[in-house]
Amino acid sequence: MSGRTGANGLPGARGRTDTDARTDTTEAGTVMTTATDAKDRVAGDGAAQQDTTAARLTGRNLTLAYDQRTIASELDVAVPHQSFTVVVGPNACGKSTLLRALSRMLKPTRGQVLLDGEDIAGMQAKALARTLGLLPQSSIAPDGITVSDLVARGRYPHQGLLRQWSRDDESVVAESMAATGVDDLGDRFVDELSGGQRQRVWIAMALAQQTPLLLLDEPTTYLDIAHQIEILDLCARLHEEEGRTLVAVLHDLNHAARYATHLIAMRDGRIVARGEPREVVTAELVEEVFGMPCRVIDDPETGTPLVVPAARR
Amino acid sequence: MSVIRTPGGLSVSYRPRALLVGAGCVVLAVVAAVLAIGSGEYPMAPDEVVRTLIGQGDPADAFIVNELRLPRTVTALLVGAGLGLCGAVFQAVVRNPLGSPDILGFTTGASAGALVVIVLAGGGSAFLAGGAVVGALVTGVLIYALAWKGGLHGFRLVLVGVGMTAILTGVNSYLITRADITDASRAVLWMTGTLDGRGWDDVLPLAIGMAVLVPVVLLGCARALRMMEMGDDAAAALGVRVERTRLALLGAAVLLVALSAAAAGPVAFVALVAPQVVRRLTKSPGPNLLPSLCMGAALLICADLVAQRAFGGHQLPVGVVTGVVGGGYLVWLLATERKAGRI
Repeated sequence: MSGRTGANGLPGARGRTDTDARTDTTEAGTVMTTATDAKDRVAGDGAAQQDTTAARLTGRNLTLAYDQRTIASELDVAVPHQSFTVVVGPNACGKSTLLRALSRMLKPTRGQVLLDGEDIAGMQAKALARTLGLLPQSSIAPDGITVSDLVARGRYPHQGLLRQWSRDDESVVAESMAATGVDDLGDRFVDELSGGQRQRVWIAMALAQQTPLLLLDEPTTYLDIAHQIEILDLCARLHEEEGRTLVAVLHDLNHAARYATHLIAMRDGRIVARGEPREVVTAELVEEVFGMPCRVIDDPETGTPLVVPAARR
Repeated sequence: MSVIRTPGGLSVSYRPRALLVGAGCVVLAVVAAVLAIGSGEYPMAPDEVVRTLIGQGDPADAFIVNELRLPRTVTALLVGAGLGLCGAVFQAVVRNPLGSPDILGFTTGASAGALVVIVLAGGGSAFLAGGAVVGALVTGVLIYALAWKGGLHGFRLVLVGVGMTAILTGVNSYLITRADITDASRAVLWMTGTLDGRGWDDVLPLAIGMAVLVPVVLLGCARALRMMEMGDDAAAALGVRVERTRLALLGAAVLLVALSAAAAGPVAFVALVAPQVVRRLTKSPGPNLLPSLCMGAALLICADLVAQRAFGGHQLPVGVVTGVVGGGYLVWLLATERKAGRI
């Protein structure tokens, strides 16, 4: 098969022929990136960036349910390598559920989630947490915790009983706080910060985890517009400068269209469309997904699609 | 946060303030223990007690200290330490200061088990202890099964526990009405929590249990528990096996309650109070497990000292002291939480 590309851009697959063979037969044309080291940050793989099917994280034939209530069935999803993928859709369309399944918070009733060709259900918890990070919606900052203490907790998957706080941990935490602009808040208590600052602290914690893949569940909810943009700008920077693959669930379609490099639109537990925002965000699709008539124009700032709801007649 | 690093790449982090609080509690506990050993119908000065403890005292003193008074003191220290630790575990798992074994029904379950033994079997103290262990474990399994719904949520655990406490309190009252008068008075004394007449064979099961369980909790689960403070999802995202860790922690904590109750009866409120006092002293987030353990030991031995000395020749069961102090503390806690708008 052509197009097989190793994690560092070299052709030729390494190891795990078993899994790889299965990949070949089911998803012809897929470029698997097989990282030998979970912490490998894959940089500048031209072929992978071109080919939107190139993915380290894929969901295959997923049926997702809470108790007996099925949210989505037979979902196939691939997160393109080094993309900023955004999942959009109306309330209760299953977008957060999909994110939970991709991060092993929810066990699929059927199907599997593959990370580098390996089923995440069988992976060791800490090893998975060194490759795949998640910023959940419902995190609780413990009473009386300082910013630097909270960010430091992101190092947990890299630590052990006798390796509790290495120099690496220290420098990574400092870097993460600098990258999110919370380095001067280190000794402040998390509960006395503003909503936007607090969210940046949580993102800093997720960064300290040093995962090449980072999943964010509605990172801008409950923030005012300025803080929403601040957080999204931060995500875009992490994506562009650090080459991380980001997957975010967002409510605002215009934010999604502006920041995403890959868009997944869901409705009623199905994926309705996927691709570049320019191709996906059309008036017809918005009407189909959200049931809202609208016009789509070019964003005068960025040239990305901008959805303008139709006026009441 | 401070850290000790070895050239080999190993590192251990600690909080100086938490360490200081723990050390302070240990010192307090040792002083109180020496004073407690010295009190009784044959009073001894502290220096005599210490001399006897290190094997330099005269034989009569040695008998009084080692055979009569030391078991009681060691029981107090171990029971306090066990309750302090398991209170910290419960409160962290439930994420609620009310998540202590007193309120969740485990101690009431232990009482029910012991009462069944007293009333129906009329057995000796070994049977009674066994009944307490079985009662607490059965209660634990029941609460876990009833509160389980695709995972365990702290709030549901508290509610189920409160319900279970109500049921078991009824059962206990019924059992007492069925007992004859001597059994009933023995049962009531046991249910208050008392350290009177403890011997080495009362200490042994608790000591063995703690030797196993304390390392499991402190070394095996403490770091994961700290992550679980941030919510199950956040902990799982960091690579914690949340459900497995919680089960291990709850299992260990219930066993600690059961063994403590077996040794001294259901001593009230130490498990509730110790972690809360520690949290205010250390000012550090996290479950504060080790300081809570030390604080529990210090609290109970001090309470025992008060129970023995404060009322002249009239000794009180230690549970009365912890109940009065702990109950007052609980009311204060509720009042301040309400002022802060959290209840």
